[in-house]
Amino acid sequence: MQLKNEHKLQNRIRALTDGAATGLAVLSTILVVAPLVAIFIYLIYKGASSLNLDFFTQIPKPVGESGGGMANAIVGSGVLLGLASLIGVPLGIGGGIYLAEFGRGTKLANAVRFTADVLNGVPSIVMGMAVLAMVVHPEGHFSALSGGVALGIMMIPTVCRTSEEMLLMVPNAVREAALALGVPNWRSVLAITVRTASPGIITGCMLAFARVAGETAPLIFTAFGNSNWSTSLNEPIAALPLQIYVYAISPYDDWHRLAWAGALVLIVLIVLAVSLVRYVTSRGVLKGAS
Amino acid sequence: MGVGIEVTTLNAWYGTNHTLQDINLHIPANHATALIGPSGCGKSTFVRCINRMHETNPIARVTGSVRIGDLDIYADAKPVEIRRRVGMVFQRPNPFPTMSIYDNVAAGLKLNGYNNRRELDEIVEKSLKNSALWDEVKDDLKKKSGASLSGGQQQRLCIARALAVDPEVLLMDEPASALDPVSTSKIEDLIFQLKSQYTIVIVTHNMQQAARVAEKTGFFLNGRMVEFDSTHKIFTNPSDKRTEDYITGRFG
Repeated sequence: MQLKNEHKLQNRIRALTDGAATGLAVLSTILVVAPLVAIFIYLIYKGASSLNLDFFTQIPKPVGESGGGMANAIVGSGVLLGLASLIGVPLGIGGGIYLAEFGRGTKLANAVRFTADVLNGVPSIVMGMAVLAMVVHPEGHFSALSGGVALGIMMIPTVCRTSEEMLLMVPNAVREAALALGVPNWRSVLAITVRTASPGIITGCMLAFARVAGETAPLIFTAFGNSNWSTSLNEPIAALPLQIYVYAISPYDDWHRLAWAGALVLIVLIVLAVSLVRYVTSRGVLKGAS
Repeated sequence: MGVGIEVTTLNAWYGTNHTLQDINLHIPANHATALIGPSGCGKSTFVRCINRMHETNPIARVTGSVRIGDLDIYADAKPVEIRRRVGMVFQRPNPFPTMSIYDNVAAGLKLNGYNNRRELDEIVEKSLKNSALWDEVKDDLKKKSGASLSGGQQQRLCIARALAVDPEVLLMDEPASALDPVSTSKIEDLIFQLKSQYTIVIVTHNMQQAARVAEKTGFFLNGRMVEFDSTHKIFTNPSDKRTEDYITGRFG
């Protein structure tokens, strides 16, 4: 009887500990998600009322006139991010493939890995200054091209290191299976290893994309901003974060509201872009594929 | 058709570790040959020297000669050419996880630039029939991933993948050690059927398995081949004391 009672007590304690641990986990989850949700709700509260068709079709009005939109900034952000992805994604993935598949243990690989980590820690304003010196000064003027280069360079380390991590997670047995079939190493890397790691690599690209999509500092003295329509790579171009920055520090209530709306649109567009890529790349995944 | 394998003074190293020492061996064509011995005795290294997978490890080194048919594989050919003629099945089933069942079997051909769809269809079907998997997967060939199959099915898929490139030799490195008894017996039946067309070398820890499937058996110990003879002789009347100790379970 004594033994049975002790057993019951132990079970109670175990159940309580389990409940407490679960509770802590749920609480942490809520704490992590809460700021995100709060920001989103606040953006909708502040910005949704200024969203109308004009916002998406018109360019900013001069000071004093009300209305106007951010059509040029939305398109400009698209151009800049497209350019940045064209630079950051292939270079980053290429670097990751080198680190994980070809350079393992070599001095060059260690140097590349170290450089990527340092690059990842470089403040974005410094990146803007570097591109100012490397691209803007030689060209003699601000341009969309320089903005894209600045954002692209910022994408490289994230894409590179996540690609490397994801490739290293591919079991060696899979590589050996390909080599044992008489597949040349380069082909095995591209067709088997990279393909097996591709969901993770894509996630890395999306993280890098979402991160630079909101960058303002590196664009201040590269893309510069533009209150008129421009999609030329050779001229200053508008971008959502820049436009939000200009509007938010202005003294006009009208512009403040547009800045909130711009922030909301920026976040929604990032979420849409990431979801779209996820949807497109998840099609064609087979039943039971891991 | 299978071809014989002639191994002469083969030595192999991992770094400074001399894992294979002076192996001389003739593996007959169109038979199954089993390699037994305790863990770490060098039998896996030995089969990996036959398709030059050993050297994919950067610290690995090998000397001596291996002739497959008329071809001296270390002198006359590139590793990729050898590996197309010598198929390999690994201890753990390792299908390509992102590929369909069909693509897994066709991988060896497709990745070497072979793209005739009609012939690929035929080869995939024939290979899956040869590995006794066809009836279980024929309706899901392009729908399901290779990784969605059970462990035993995955291993037969890997055998089909190896057969699809039409090798002359099939190396099997403990092909059933990760499988349940039912799947194991299926793999053994398969080896029995396949050895009329291929030269099979099977590494195994399971001595009953060696006795069931192989005509010849080699006993490895500490990187050397202690004894090589007909399976019957090895298991009933071995000439070396160490072989006898091992098969009677006195060590290993």
